[in-house]
Amino acid sequence: MQQQMQQSFETNVDENLLLDCMRCGFCLPSCPTYLHTEQDEAQSPRGRIALMKAVRDGIVPFDASVEKSFDLCLGCRACEPACPAGVQYGALIEQTREAVQEVKHSSFLEKTTRTIVFNNLFVKQKNMEHAVSLLHFYQKTGMQKAVRKIGFLNLFPKHLKTMEASLPPVAKKIQPLKQVKTAAMKVAFFTGCLMDTLYKETNDKTVSLLQMLGVDVIIPDNQNCCGALHGHSGELKRGKQNLILNVELFDSDDYTYIVNNAGGCGAFLKEYEKHLHSDERYREKAIRFSKKTIDISSLLVKAGLLDYLATLPQQANQTLVTYQDSCHLRNVNKVFNEPRMILQALPNVHFKELQNAHTCCGSAGIYNLLQPALAGDILDAKMATIKALQPTVIVTANPGCLLQIQAGIHKAKLEVSMRATHIVDFIYNSIAKYSKIS
Amino acid sequence: MNKTVIEKITHIVGEKYVKSSTAQLLAYSYDATANFQRLPDLVISPGNAEEIAEVLKVCSEYKISIIPRGSGTNLAAGTVPYEGGIVILFNRMDQILNFDKENLTITVQPGIISENLCTFVESHGLFYPPDPSSMRISTIGGNVSENSGGLRGLKYGVTKDYVKGLQVVLPNGDILETGGKLAKDVAGYDLTSLFVGAEGTLGVVTAITLKLIPLPQYKMTSIAYFESLEDAARTVSSIIANKIIPVTLEFLDKKTIIAVEQYMRIGLSTDVEAMLLLEQDGEMYQVEQDVNEMVRIAKDNGALFTQIAKDAQEAEQIKIARRVALSALAKLKPTVILEDATVPRSELAKMVMSINDISEKYMVNIATFGHAGDGNLHPTCLTDLRDEDEMQRVEAAFEEIFEAALTLGGTITGEHGVGEMKAPYLEWKIGPVGITVMKNIKQAFDPNNIMNPGKVFAKETKKRVVVDGGN
Repeated sequence: MQQQMQQSFETNVDENLLLDCMRCGFCLPSCPTYLHTEQDEAQSPRGRIALMKAVRDGIVPFDASVEKSFDLCLGCRACEPACPAGVQYGALIEQTREAVQEVKHSSFLEKTTRTIVFNNLFVKQKNMEHAVSLLHFYQKTGMQKAVRKIGFLNLFPKHLKTMEASLPPVAKKIQPLKQVKTAAMKVAFFTGCLMDTLYKETNDKTVSLLQMLGVDVIIPDNQNCCGALHGHSGELKRGKQNLILNVELFDSDDYTYIVNNAGGCGAFLKEYEKHLHSDERYREKAIRFSKKTIDISSLLVKAGLLDYLATLPQQANQTLVTYQDSCHLRNVNKVFNEPRMILQALPNVHFKELQNAHTCCGSAGIYNLLQPALAGDILDAKMATIKALQPTVIVTANPGCLLQIQAGIHKAKLEVSMRATHIVDFIYNSIAKYSKIS
Repeated sequence: MNKTVIEKITHIVGEKYVKSSTAQLLAYSYDATANFQRLPDLVISPGNAEEIAEVLKVCSEYKISIIPRGSGTNLAAGTVPYEGGIVILFNRMDQILNFDKENLTITVQPGIISENLCTFVESHGLFYPPDPSSMRISTIGGNVSENSGGLRGLKYGVTKDYVKGLQVVLPNGDILETGGKLAKDVAGYDLTSLFVGAEGTLGVVTAITLKLIPLPQYKMTSIAYFESLEDAARTVSSIIANKIIPVTLEFLDKKTIIAVEQYMRIGLSTDVEAMLLLEQDGEMYQVEQDVNEMVRIAKDNGALFTQIAKDAQEAEQIKIARRVALSALAKLKPTVILEDATVPRSELAKMVMSINDISEKYMVNIATFGHAGDGNLHPTCLTDLRDEDEMQRVEAAFEEIFEAALTLGGTITGEHGVGEMKAPYLEWKIGPVGITVMKNIKQAFDPNNIMNPGKVFAKETKKRVVVDGGN
């Protein structure tokens, strides 16, 4: 198996990308796993890159300790902006996971989670819809309370229970906002599978906010999961079909932007051009797709939201609000100013920056399901900074972050004094009373 | 490593603080030096000096190597294991032990991150000036053992100028205290100085007392571009001759400017030969006077363009080229070798021209930037480890650069240290007598040669290349 693993690393992990690392160590203080393991170099980006190279070169065998080092990586990519040599760490860890998955049979627990997640939920949006409609039923009938009492969830690992407690309530129909601007712009909306099911209401509000600014929003049918979770877990080959279907579906001159409201998806969409680079049939389409990809906050700013907000009267009762960055939105798409600019401009907001808002909350896709212990430690540290700031609202830009912060609030028994929300919901709710069609 | 030794060491520091997995040993097999890598046998995180003393006793008994390591940002392979052994980490020894505002000193454990120390004292209006580029990651222990420099060296000196006292565990397990908070102290040999820059070859530093100074209140930044190296170098000499000692006086050569412009697209003029970054700190009127005077001197010496930053924000903008210099160069090729040949500042232009000639002669790509004010240059070679032929030419080119620096009255290393990488060249600088004296000192402290072996002293000195009087 060692030889097989080394070969798989040779095939999958790009030597040129590995050699970009000059081992200066500038990434170390940016890495949550390094900081949360008492500065264990084996849990740092520099250490992981050295390990990838060592396995590839046959210097060390691929054993449980090496595997653990790769598995514990959050994939938050905070190391990328910190790197002076421009190492493409995200690509390297994805290639590494691909190399490992090809050879190794997954452990039972991971396999089970993986099968449910990848083969069922995320491949077809239909499946996700089924899962959610069950949830729907379960919440609507009040079974949630009953099931919690009976302890059905005790059958599941502890972290799943915490997650379950923070699942959002069923979507309500939203009030559309009246148009206040005429941003002559046509965009397509990439709805995202979690967002379009669990967070349907947020998606409706996304459309409504854009329409309020006069943006023409098209929602192409038959969208596919973006493939990010596959990519992050070494399952990109299984997810590649999704990428192809999406670039085909969205390949139209009709619209200037392809907007999304989930940081994790957005970063992956931005990198379609990299993932499909070697495929001649789709290369050009993928480049077009990635170039048009934009996150909701940036698009709202482009469409003139700030000008509109400046016309609203400041409210006397201001809510203390803070913002937790989505790692991917910040580190890959390099978007961190726009969400803050919008929040600061809202009429009901007293904005305060959260200390270490840029560091990962531990959600990281399905990381919190696969590595609950370290994810829990990272979340505890995040909650400590949140407790110190005492905000009323913590705004997030990605469903994974939102669920994780909600789980953190629940775990710390802080539901009475604070809540977490998606940035779109927060903006919509803050201005609804000014722009609702009465 | 023998099982008994591992058991004894584990007993001393506790199982939780012993690392021995494949991944962990590999992760401590390198530092920031290209092309050096060897696995240790064990990695430990002791909690205090007493534990380290016990560990060293065991290592002395069993003749096991000890490699003290901060954050592994060394550029001369000073923390790469030489023949296995135990890597000692200081991640659990990162506390401030004593902060004395009356004597203006701070006593810290070696594991504290340099930048954290700076931020702490600055929040109290005090200043610890040494600022190696790696200060966000490096530890004070590492800085002391390497006698690290930085951008502010010209005006404020380097690490050794701030170390007042040390606690050091000697290889036999004795704990030595040197110096203290005193401004004056001539009781015997200056042992503090001996351990600063010893690269962990004499003992393990476990506590450090540093001198602090008042934090300067005001700072101004300016830049100047030149069409010839000589103009830039004359400007540097002339500034000093006019009795101005700026806090930073940094230099970028043409290749570096081009790399920065390609990388950042910030509108740098790429047909210039050199850029100087000039900064002064202190009292406002003095700073303004000095900066205006420096800019006048630059113009008098033929500067094509100069700019004084209006505020801190603009200062950051014009400093960007210097700040991203290494990044911009690093992106061009897979392997980057950063050197630190240093000459008296009066020889700066000659040294840069020598580097350019040598780079051409060996057909290797070397860009140069660095601390012009103190003659400390960073010739940076952009290459590819996989190209064996080129790597041989790179080595030959660097040998010739060392030789050129020495000919101009300079040194083989200004601030990175000797480590394993430059050990074969040490004798070029200090001569056979220097080597004998240093080896005797080493022998006196570490008779079993367990402290970071293979560093500073090489098995064999490189044959010196003969340069025919600068071609």
